[in-house]
Amino acid sequence: MLTLLRNEKVRGILYQILVITGFLIVAYFIAINTAHNIEVRGIKSGFDFLHATAGFDITESPIPFSPQSTHWDVFKVGLLNTLIVSFAGIILSSILGLIIGVSRLSKNWIINRLAAGYIETFRNIPVLLQILFWYNVVLATLPATRKSLNFFDSIFINNRGIFIPNPIFEPGAWLIGVALVAALIGGWWIHRWAFKRHEETGENFPAIWAGLGLVIVLPLLAYLIMGGPVHFDYPALKGFNFQGGKVFTPEFLALLFALSIYTATFIAEAIRSGIEAVPKGQKEAATALGLTPIQSLRFVILPQAVRIAIPSIINQYLNLTKNSSLAAAIGYPELVTIFAGTSLNQTGQALEILGITMLTYLIISLVVSLILNWFNAKMKIKER
Amino acid sequence: MKRLLKLSAVAALAVTTLSMAGTLDDVKKAGVLKCGVNTGLPGFSEADSKGAWRGLDVDYCRALAAAVLGDASKVKYTPLNAKERFTALQSGEIDVLSRNTTNTETRDTTLGINFAGVMYYDGQGFMVPKSLGIKSAKELDGATVCIQAGTTTELNLADYFRSNKMKFKAITFDTNDQVDKAFLAGRCDILTTDQSGLYAARTKFKNPEKFVILPEIISKEPLAPAVRQGDDQWFNIAKWTRNALLTAEEKGITSTNADEMKKSNDPETKRLLGAEGTMGKNLGLDADAFYRAIKQVGNYGEIFERNVGANTPLKISRGLNALWNKGGMQYSPPFR
Amino acid sequence: MAIYPLKEAKQPPLGERGAIAWVRHNLLSSPFNIFFTLLGIAVLAMIIPPFVKWAITDANFVGHTKADCTGDGACWVFVHEKLKMFVYGFYPEAELWRAKLTIAIAIGTLFVLKFARPRWIKIGTIILLPIAAIILLRGGFMGLPLVETSKWGGLLLTLVISTVGIVLSFPIGVLLALGRQSRLPIIKTLSVFYIELVRGVPLITVLFMASVILPLFFPEGINFDKLIRALIGITFFEAAYIAENIRGGLQAIPKGQYEAADALGLGYWQKMRLVILPQAVKVAIPNLVGTFISLFKDTSLVMIIGLFDLLAMVQLTANDRDWLGMETEGYVFVAFVFWIFTFSMSFFSKRLEKHLDTNNRD
Repeated sequence: MLTLLRNEKVRGILYQILVITGFLIVAYFIAINTAHNIEVRGIKSGFDFLHATAGFDITESPIPFSPQSTHWDVFKVGLLNTLIVSFAGIILSSILGLIIGVSRLSKNWIINRLAAGYIETFRNIPVLLQILFWYNVVLATLPATRKSLNFFDSIFINNRGIFIPNPIFEPGAWLIGVALVAALIGGWWIHRWAFKRHEETGENFPAIWAGLGLVIVLPLLAYLIMGGPVHFDYPALKGFNFQGGKVFTPEFLALLFALSIYTATFIAEAIRSGIEAVPKGQKEAATALGLTPIQSLRFVILPQAVRIAIPSIINQYLNLTKNSSLAAAIGYPELVTIFAGTSLNQTGQALEILGITMLTYLIISLVVSLILNWFNAKMKIKER
Repeated sequence: MKRLLKLSAVAALAVTTLSMAGTLDDVKKAGVLKCGVNTGLPGFSEADSKGAWRGLDVDYCRALAAAVLGDASKVKYTPLNAKERFTALQSGEIDVLSRNTTNTETRDTTLGINFAGVMYYDGQGFMVPKSLGIKSAKELDGATVCIQAGTTTELNLADYFRSNKMKFKAITFDTNDQVDKAFLAGRCDILTTDQSGLYAARTKFKNPEKFVILPEIISKEPLAPAVRQGDDQWFNIAKWTRNALLTAEEKGITSTNADEMKKSNDPETKRLLGAEGTMGKNLGLDADAFYRAIKQVGNYGEIFERNVGANTPLKISRGLNALWNKGGMQYSPPFR
Repeated sequence: MAIYPLKEAKQPPLGERGAIAWVRHNLLSSPFNIFFTLLGIAVLAMIIPPFVKWAITDANFVGHTKADCTGDGACWVFVHEKLKMFVYGFYPEAELWRAKLTIAIAIGTLFVLKFARPRWIKIGTIILLPIAAIILLRGGFMGLPLVETSKWGGLLLTLVISTVGIVLSFPIGVLLALGRQSRLPIIKTLSVFYIELVRGVPLITVLFMASVILPLFFPEGINFDKLIRALIGITFFEAAYIAENIRGGLQAIPKGQYEAADALGLGYWQKMRLVILPQAVKVAIPNLVGTFISLFKDTSLVMIIGLFDLLAMVQLTANDRDWLGMETEGYVFVAFVFWIFTFSMSFFSKRLEKHLDTNNRD
């Protein structure tokens, strides 16, 4: 018996049996207790509430929503708002992070120190504090509705948000969309053709400029052909508020700015360490080949730096998405605020609602990890 | 860690079987009443800078503690936001929820709680800056409204605007403080909550005279303490402590004259104060349980005046909360 | 034969040495560079003078009420008047010595960690610290009055949460990392499942769960204090991140080390404890400190479930009728405090990295 215990395999199996039993017992008791508690205390359970009328309104919603909508609609609005603010944040933080990251490597001492100062400051302050600061301090100092900052009578800024004209598409506008898609496909094709030609003949073709021109010219042509089927809905002060146009609320802006500024510090660091991780010999070799500094950056350094930096940048995108849940502190109607907040309050079904919320985030991060794995596999140095 | 979890799970099973012990016994054994209150609502429950709690909801807990434990100070206050309050009660984290909570059908039937009689009859109202020049809630079409998330207020608001065919934009926040702050910062045109809450909020403003509370009341908000469902004895204690405070006012028993009133000729007074009959004992308490509550905390009228009445910054008149024989709705079944 | 005497080496030209050369090379080497230098100076000019003006020259330092703040700048009187609340929350005045003693013990612990010799003393101190701190702060024995955790607040609470969180989540994280690297499929699957589950959700949902759902998991009659529930949530959350850090360290250990330990006849736990983990933790230190720093910053989230940490305390006091509109000063103060802590943590980690860098580089 004792000798049997000394056998590694036997012991391994024994360990596993112990752990799985322990796990099952814990899971069982949690389930039993929860079920018991819910029953004894007369708490409602089940997912029927998703089809019940929500009864409350949501400030900003990308899809039609009214108090007569259901809690399932609340979930959809919350998720969409989470995705919207995360998407905007990802773009803004990438731009900011790239600028700061490159500045951090600048040979110019002042720029270099400024970037370092930016990183050390904003990275070390809790993002929740930054959100509150933007919301309660910066945006709250904007003027009241009737004293809005007015730009050309079409953009208004006040403490209820930034109001901009909203494009309205009339029936003929479909052609512009078609033209845009066509331009994008054309641009991609030009790029491929130019690349191939470069491989074969070594001649260069300004593919980027050609593509850009296409993207601008084609939709413009479509716009002119259809006789200008787009006009703008301008915001105007009516009654209490500005009506019409598109509004970015202070909640959205505070969240967006704070998240972007915070995440940009991490992206900047990722970009910096990516570039620094490329061996010096690579740059010297590129110079020896006669590449100009810009060429060496574009064809030698960046492709290698990106491979190193991208995984951690994508992780930061995921963190940004998860951090957007801190909107609960200022009331931007994303998933945690309205679904795990207001809906939870109104229905009292914490277990179901938090379960759905966590599952949603989990799915988002699983999708991102899949993308990341795919990217890593694709970018792996192919040794021959 | 795993072993610890396992142990606790086994312990959990053991406890499950004897779980339904009464709240009264638990409270007596712990020697302290666990009371859930608002995180901060002037006049109802508010902690001063030393962490001492005051307010109408707080005084109910003190009265309950005096009745059950004999000492009004033996209360452990747990400040709760709107989201946590029901779970805290369901889970046994608190013994009684006294946190300006509206009694509604849904809450009573689906949350596993019981409401123990109304401590304050309230209704939802609106506050606007005077500068807007608005006289009635009917002029609020298109307004932006600041509101606390997860309250009945939020639902009433949608109903009211819908039935009056008006549009609104709601900006919601988690706590009163955030709502007030946003309103003061001009983030919204209207502040809406229970009218008592509006008065309370206004006391905190720097220039209270610059804001008006509109006359319309758009809902019924009976604010009531709540206890867990399924423990009838504790439910009765909670209910009759509230009734005792009301009856005391009706009979003119106050914290100062409670001793003399024990010798009163009125049989109901004597029964209430435990000088006669078995009122306290019926509930599993001492005979003089309600006497202690009244002696230490005061009757309903005293509690009201002390916390929200004319001499407080809130300056709320009795209105609906006057006794039934003085034109109000506060009514206690007889102590018989 | 001509004799050429050795000439003294000439100094480089004026423009190529000293401060001038430095400026020329680092700031003005090309028109582009000059432009950026000017841009940088402009940015600095936009940020620093107004901030100094607000925070120092125009600021108000003396007084006791808002009325004493007559200057245009910051009203530091607010921070000064509320400092006790920022640091200790609602901790009763008469018992403040306990909070101070706790902080003193915590600082003393740092010295023990630096100078104590045998490893078990260090480990013992680390484990004892949070337990001792909580017992001392809570009281309720030997004549020490009970101080409910609802009265703990401010920086004290922030420190309690982060220290306890770090100390408790570390061992769980190590076990999870070992589980994830284990050859036993069930243990591996469970560990991977747990780690990925936790890392996929935001901390705030875990905190909501700890504050709202956790009580449902236990039978009636068993319930924890809100602070304990938050601590449970934070501990189990951070453990997953620590596990990933340790795993990174484990993966960096060359296979030869495992084989050598096996060859010595060490069992699994001996092998891990004596050979692998010490090296893995060393490799993981920079990332671990990164995780600790983010844990420290994340403690501010407990505000959302109604605990009064430093940030929540500032939010609360800025709502005081006598001090309305003092958020800015409060936030700047909190930012400064957090910054000091996190910056010194990362500074310390860099020192530690150098100190522990015993690798023989090839």
